[in-house]
Amino acid sequence: MHYLIIGNSIAAAAVIEGIRSQDQEGAITVVGEERQVCYARPLISYLLQGKTDEEKMCYRDQAFFDRNRVSLLSGTRACHLDAKEKTVTLDDGTSLGYDRLVLSTGSSPFIPPMQGLDLVKNRFTFLTLDDAHALSAAIRSDSRILILGAGLIGLKCAEGILDRVRSITVVDLAPRILASILDGQGSVHVQAHLQQKGLTFHLSDRVKEFTANEALLESGTIVGFDMLVVAVGVKPNTELAKEAGLMVNRGIVVDQSMRTSVKDIWAAGDCAEAPELVSGSNRVLPLLCNAYLQGETAGKDMAGKTEPFTQAIAMNAISFFGLHVITAGLYEGEEKLFTEEGSYKRLFIKDNRLIGYILIGKAVERAGIYTALIRNQTALDTIDFDLICRQPALMAFAKSVRQQQLGGSV
Amino acid sequence: MKRVYVNEAWCLGCHLCEYYCAYANSGLNDMVKALKDKTIRPRLTIEQEGTISFAVSCRHCTEPLCMKSCIAGAISCKDGLIVIDQSKCVNCYSCIMACPYGALMPSVEQVMQKCELCATNSHGQPVCVQGCPNKAIVYEER
Repeated sequence: MHYLIIGNSIAAAAVIEGIRSQDQEGAITVVGEERQVCYARPLISYLLQGKTDEEKMCYRDQAFFDRNRVSLLSGTRACHLDAKEKTVTLDDGTSLGYDRLVLSTGSSPFIPPMQGLDLVKNRFTFLTLDDAHALSAAIRSDSRILILGAGLIGLKCAEGILDRVRSITVVDLAPRILASILDGQGSVHVQAHLQQKGLTFHLSDRVKEFTANEALLESGTIVGFDMLVVAVGVKPNTELAKEAGLMVNRGIVVDQSMRTSVKDIWAAGDCAEAPELVSGSNRVLPLLCNAYLQGETAGKDMAGKTEPFTQAIAMNAISFFGLHVITAGLYEGEEKLFTEEGSYKRLFIKDNRLIGYILIGKAVERAGIYTALIRNQTALDTIDFDLICRQPALMAFAKSVRQQQLGGSV
Repeated sequence: MKRVYVNEAWCLGCHLCEYYCAYANSGLNDMVKALKDKTIRPRLTIEQEGTISFAVSCRHCTEPLCMKSCIAGAISCKDGLIVIDQSKCVNCYSCIMACPYGALMPSVEQVMQKCELCATNSHGQPVCVQGCPNKAIVYEER
């Protein structure tokens, strides 16, 4: 049995662990485009901040690949997939056969067409370690930075470099920051915190035209800059899958076992579009924990143990200059808002279930108890609802449930 | 694997386990020096409501969601024991988002901490268990 993994990030590491939990014999080959072994990508902003280093950022080291008897081809791109012949062609022209294949090809920055963008020489994206090194090498203490996109990537980039540059201006088409994970009131709260730290925002605005060092915005504002970071979003890398005739919507369509529409091919991580629990529909969830859980599911299934991943939900834990934000699920249904000094909590309830939450500041403590309510679809009339609204606590569960939680094997 | 188990019927809500935990993980071998005039940050949490109380600490799950959600790869499983490499932790709170028991919290140094069954400090055996006056916390195979 030859398992072939395309991509070498979190999902790939989990695929290896999933396969090896079932099959110690089969050969495993990983083709990774990046030159690094397997690093924790979300840490690139912490690297620029000096809160970690390249060695500590290692997610799985060479010893992991050796121990699991994985042949790692890093710095190599897979260019072509032939699902009939069951071969993958690499950028050096060699062809690799496979018995079972997983596409964990990740995502790439989306660069929308903008007038004059070609005139901008100091242009960056912020997704990979190489992106971070390039940005780090370019910035100076007198640099003016323009970031397009007030989402997770753009704002983590801003946090990573704020102390090392003169100014940072963020432009976003949306009327509020972190629009994909926060509600209006929560956005205002986090934005005020970021402005206080020194960021400048132009929201509900977009770049009409670039010159080499200036952006003319739709509103008429002109923003001068030395470096531009484009962080408006990511798109799943689906080219190989499309070419090979796999079903692709936004991402590569998979079922709960991460199987694609074509036999002997799985997909996991940012490139995959899998069933999401709360909505019941397929979603691309480009989040590290989903990449891991999807990869593990795929690896086990490829090696013969089918354990469908049924609890996929959107969830994010992120912080900016010490302010922590944790969110999960969908923002629909009945809302319950709890705010006090330094703490913001909004819960979303539908059909006797918690389906989403937004927690900012002190409210993030023990957030996983809420996450579990969503993932387990716990009926809220079986727990002490008033207590669980006030604070996430095991006390809210029935005594028998608690006995299992704290007295049983889990 | 031996784990810490809690029997809430025996818990007096005395909070002694919190003090024993803070001492055990202080790196000091004198309990007074470790605790006197200090704000303690134990690795377990006492929940208390009316007459009911109990301690919550890491369950060392066989499906460790904290480990699988850690963006830094800082959490690992060593023969069933879930441990944090604090030098790799960037304090992102992904583990807090993931843990169904609310069993992780930031340390004084602002990296994540959790119960490691005293296997990674100098004591070797859970000190909260030794300090519990009513055997409401036990360390055994189940």
